[in-house]
Amino acid sequence: MPDWKFEIQKQLAGADIAPSREAEIIEELRQHLADRYQELVSSGLSAEEAYQAAVAELSDNKILARELRRVQRRRYRSLAPPTAGERRNLLADLWMDLRYGARLLRLSPGFSVIAILSLALGIGANAAIFQLIDAVRLRSLPVKNPQELAEVKLDPGSRSGSFTSRSASVTNALWEQIRDHQQAFSGIFAWGDDRFNLTTSGESRYAFGLWVSGDFFNVLGVKPLLGRLLTVQDDVPGCGTPGAVISYAFWQREFGGGADAIGKTLLLDSHPVPVIGVTPPDFFGVEVGWRYGVAVPICSEPVIEPQNDMHRRNWWWLGVMGRLKPGWTVKSATSHLNAISPGILEATLPEMYTPEMAKQYLAHKLEAHPAGSGVSALRADYEHSLWLLLGIAAMVLVIACANLANLMLARTSAREREIAVRLALGASRGRVVRQLLAESIVLAVAGTVLGAVLAQGLSRSLLTFLSTSRESVPLDLSMDWRLFAFMAVLAIVTCLFFGLTPALRAGRTGIGAVMKAGSRGLTATRERFNLRRVLVVCQLALSLVLMTGAFLFVGSLHKLLVQDAGFKKDGILSVSIDFTRLNMSKERTTEFENELADQTRAIPGVQSAAIASILPLSGSSMNNIVIMEGSTRQKDATANLNFVSPEYFKAMDTPMIAGRDFNDHDVPGSPLVAIVTERFVQRFLQGQNSIGKQFHVEEYVNRPKKVYEIVGVVKNEKYVDLREDFVPIFFLPEAQVNADDPDTSPFLMIRSDMETAELVSSVKRILEKINPGVSLNFRNFNEMLRRSLLRERLMAVLSGFFGLLAALLATIGLYGVISYMVSRRTNEIGIRMALGADRTSVVGMIVRQAGVLLVFGVVIGVMLSLAAAQTARTLLFELKPSDPLTLAGATLLLSVVALLASYLPARRASRVDPMTALRDE
Amino acid sequence: MILALIESRARHGYEISKLIESRSEGAVRFNVASLYPLLYRLENRGWIQGRWVDKAGQRRRRYYRLTPAGRKVLRAQRNTWQAFVAAINRIAGMEHA
Repeated sequence: MPDWKFEIQKQLAGADIAPSREAEIIEELRQHLADRYQELVSSGLSAEEAYQAAVAELSDNKILARELRRVQRRRYRSLAPPTAGERRNLLADLWMDLRYGARLLRLSPGFSVIAILSLALGIGANAAIFQLIDAVRLRSLPVKNPQELAEVKLDPGSRSGSFTSRSASVTNALWEQIRDHQQAFSGIFAWGDDRFNLTTSGESRYAFGLWVSGDFFNVLGVKPLLGRLLTVQDDVPGCGTPGAVISYAFWQREFGGGADAIGKTLLLDSHPVPVIGVTPPDFFGVEVGWRYGVAVPICSEPVIEPQNDMHRRNWWWLGVMGRLKPGWTVKSATSHLNAISPGILEATLPEMYTPEMAKQYLAHKLEAHPAGSGVSALRADYEHSLWLLLGIAAMVLVIACANLANLMLARTSAREREIAVRLALGASRGRVVRQLLAESIVLAVAGTVLGAVLAQGLSRSLLTFLSTSRESVPLDLSMDWRLFAFMAVLAIVTCLFFGLTPALRAGRTGIGAVMKAGSRGLTATRERFNLRRVLVVCQLALSLVLMTGAFLFVGSLHKLLVQDAGFKKDGILSVSIDFTRLNMSKERTTEFENELADQTRAIPGVQSAAIASILPLSGSSMNNIVIMEGSTRQKDATANLNFVSPEYFKAMDTPMIAGRDFNDHDVPGSPLVAIVTERFVQRFLQGQNSIGKQFHVEEYVNRPKKVYEIVGVVKNEKYVDLREDFVPIFFLPEAQVNADDPDTSPFLMIRSDMETAELVSSVKRILEKINPGVSLNFRNFNEMLRRSLLRERLMAVLSGFFGLLAALLATIGLYGVISYMVSRRTNEIGIRMALGADRTSVVGMIVRQAGVLLVFGVVIGVMLSLAAAQTARTLLFELKPSDPLTLAGATLLLSVVALLASYLPARRASRVDPMTALRDE
Repeated sequence: MILALIESRARHGYEISKLIESRSEGAVRFNVASLYPLLYRLENRGWIQGRWVDKAGQRRRRYYRLTPAGRKVLRAQRNTWQAFVAAINRIAGMEHA
C-alpha cells in the first residue's frame, strides 16, 4: 500500500491551509485514495498503474489546491473574529443593498417622487407640530438646573379682589409671608408682569415689564451679559427706582446693542429709571411664549405706579417660584407649604373681606408645582389643541404610510418573478427581505430629511400665524435632541410600517408557483390583493375621521364668527385711554372722558361714541355678587359688571328691550341706576318685569351699601370672550363711579364708517386740544375679536388642510387599488363584453367593488369619528362632537370623491376592446 | 445533487463519489480533487456537516450529513428544479398540441 501523505502534501503546497486543518484533509484524502487504489487494483490494474491513476486524479490540473484555497479563504473570513467581521459584512451588505435600493428607486422616478413627497408631508406636519409642543411644553427654562424650580400657588378656588398679572397667584402680603416662613427652598423669588409706557404723550408705546423680587436673577442663576443684575439689596421697601435690567432684545431695539446703554435713563410711565444691566439673549423670563423687556424691583412699584397700593391685600398680581433645597421634592415642599398655610393666611387676611369671604380665604392651602419648564399662558391655551393636532397629523402619516405600503405591494407584485429567480438562484429569503427593506429605508430617510426641511418652514409659519402684528410669540424653535429622536422614531416606524409587510410577503414568494404562473401571479397575488383592500379600507376610515374633525372645527369657527354676540362687531374703533401719568382726580377724568366722547361724536362720519370701563370680549372682566332687594344672597349669584357712559348701547348697536338708556341726569348725587341684560332678568327676577326693581351688590366690610334701581333692559351680550354662554350682566353709569370703585383705564368706543386711519388722526387732533398728556392706544374692535379666535382659526385651518390631505391620499389609494383590479380583470371584462355585457354594467360592476370598500371604510370611520371627536369636545363651539349633520357631510364628501376616483378606472375598463383583451390571453 | 445523496443517511466522501457515478450511470464523475473542495464549501455554508467516525474493525472515516439549513435548501432547489422541468414539459407539450 503506497503512502499517499507525501503526494497529498505536494498537492496542498501553496493552498495556504492551517496545519491542523491540513492534517485533517490529508487524513480524509488518504482514506479516499486508499479506497480508490483498492478499487483500481481489484478492477485488474497493476499496483503501479493503479498508483499512477490515483495520483493523476489527485493532481488533476492542480484543481485541488486552487479550489481549496478559495474555500479556505471564504472559511477564514467567516471564522475570523466573530463580531467585528460579521458586523463589517453586514454593514457592507447593507450599504450594497442601500445603493441598489437607491438605484432601483431612481429607475422609477414617478413612484419615488410620490412616495417621498407623501412621506415628507406626513413627517413634516408631525415634526412641525411636535416642534411647537416641544417649545411650549417640553423644553426646560434656559436657566441653571431648571428641574429644581417649583412654583408656589394657592389651590384653585374662589377669591375676591382684583387680578391684574398674567400669573396672578398671590398678593404682596402673601409673598412676603411665604418668603419669610418657607423652609423648602434654598432661594425663592416673586415676579409680576406689567407694561410700561415708554412715551410721554400722544400714542402709547409699551414695553413688556416685569416686577421682580431681589433674588429673581440670583435664584434662576442668570448671569449679566452687560452691567449687573438686580439683587436683594436693590429690593428694599422705599427703594425708589434703583435701576432696571433690560432684555437682550430690548437692548438691541432701544439702544442698538450699544455698551453705553448702562447708566442711561429709561422713562417708564414717565418715571426715570437708570439701566443697570442686560440679560443674555436666551433669557426671556419665566413665562414660555412671553418675553420681558424691562425688569424693575417690586419695591419701585409705589414710585412708578403711584395710583396703585401694592400692599392692598386683595390685589393678586405676583407669582412665586423657588429653587428646592437638595433632598426636597415638589411633594415634600407641598406638605411643608400646607403645614405653614394657616398661619400665613391668617396673617394676610384682607381686612375688607366679609365673614363669608374670609372663611373661603382661610380655607385655602399653598401648594408647590414643578416649574422646570416655566409657566405659560400660551401653554394653557394651546397645549390641548397642539396635542390634538399632533394626533391628526399622526393619522395623516398613517394614511400616507398605508398608501406607500399599497404602492410597495403593487411594486413587489410586479417584481415577483425577479424575486422568484433570485430565490431560485440561491438567495436566502432573509436576503430578499433585507433587499426590499433597504428600498424602504432609502425612501424613509429621504422622506424624513425632506420632512425636516418642511417642518422648519411649517412650524415657523404656524408661529407667524399665532403672532399679532404688534407682538410676535417668542418661542425657541431650534432643533433639539427631542425633535431628532422624534423624527428618527417616525422614520423607523414608517419604514417598518410601509416596508416590512411587502418585504415579508415577497420573502414568502413561492418560486414554483410564480414561475409556473407565467407573467400573471395568480395564486400568490390573491392574498396580497386582499391586504391592499384592507389598507384602503383603513385609509378611507381614517380620512373620514380627519374630515369629520375638519368639518367640526371649521363649523365651530363659522358659528363663532357669525353668532349674534349682542352687538354689531363691524365698524367699531376702540381707544384705550391712559391717564396714569397725569394723576388726575376721579372728577377730572370723568370730565375729560365726557369731553372726549362729545367732541368725537362731533366728527363728521362718526355715528356714536361712548365710554366703557371694560372692553367687551377683551378677556378682562369685573364681577360682583348681586342681591335683589327683599331677598337673601343666593348661591352662584355672580353677575358681570361694566361702567358705561350714555350712548354706549347705541355705539355697540345693542337693542334696548325696555326702559331707557343712561343720560346726563345720571350723575353723582342722583339716584343710583342700572341697566341689565335679559339673562340678568331671567337669573335674578325669573323673567318678570324688571323696570323699577332694586338690587345691591355684596360690598367689602368698610364700604356703604349701595342700592341700584333697574331703569333699562338690553339684549344679551357676550362679555369675556366669544366662546362663553350669555351670562348675567349689569351696567352702571360711568358718571356715578366712585373713587373707591375698581379703577381701570377706560375705553372710548367709536362707531363710524370712516377709514380707520382718518378716524385715528381726527381723534388724535381732539386729544391734543383737550389734554396732550393723555396716551391713547387704538384698536380695531373686529380685528381684536378675530385675533381672540386665533386658536379656533388655527384648528380650522390645520384640520381642514390635514382633512383634505387625508382625503386626497385615501382617494389615490382607492384609485390605485381599483385600477390594479381593473388591469387584472381585463380578460374577464373582455369575455363579459364579448358575451354581451354593455358598458354601463361593466362600469357598475367596478364601481360596486369600490362601493364595498367605501361602505366598510365609512362604517369603521363613523365609529372612529364618534370616539375621536370626544377628545375635541372642549374646543368646539355650539357643535356636539357627534353632530349628525357634520358626520353626514363628511361622509357624503368622501363618498363622492371616492366614487369619482373609482369611476375613472371603471370607465377605462368599459372601453376594453374584447378582441384585444382575449388576444392577451 | 450531493445534498440529495446524503438526505437519507450520512455518507463518507468516497461513498458519495461512487454513488454519483453509479446513479448517473457514469455520466457525472467527481474525482478526489474536485469532490472535496465542493464538500468543504457546502460545509462552510452550513448545509452539510462532516464528522469523524471510528467504527470497530473499520478505518476512521469522515461522514457527512445534511443540516436543517441544508434540508431547506434542498427542498427549495427541488421545487425550482421541478418548476423548471414542468415549464420545459409544458413548452414541449405545446409543441405536441
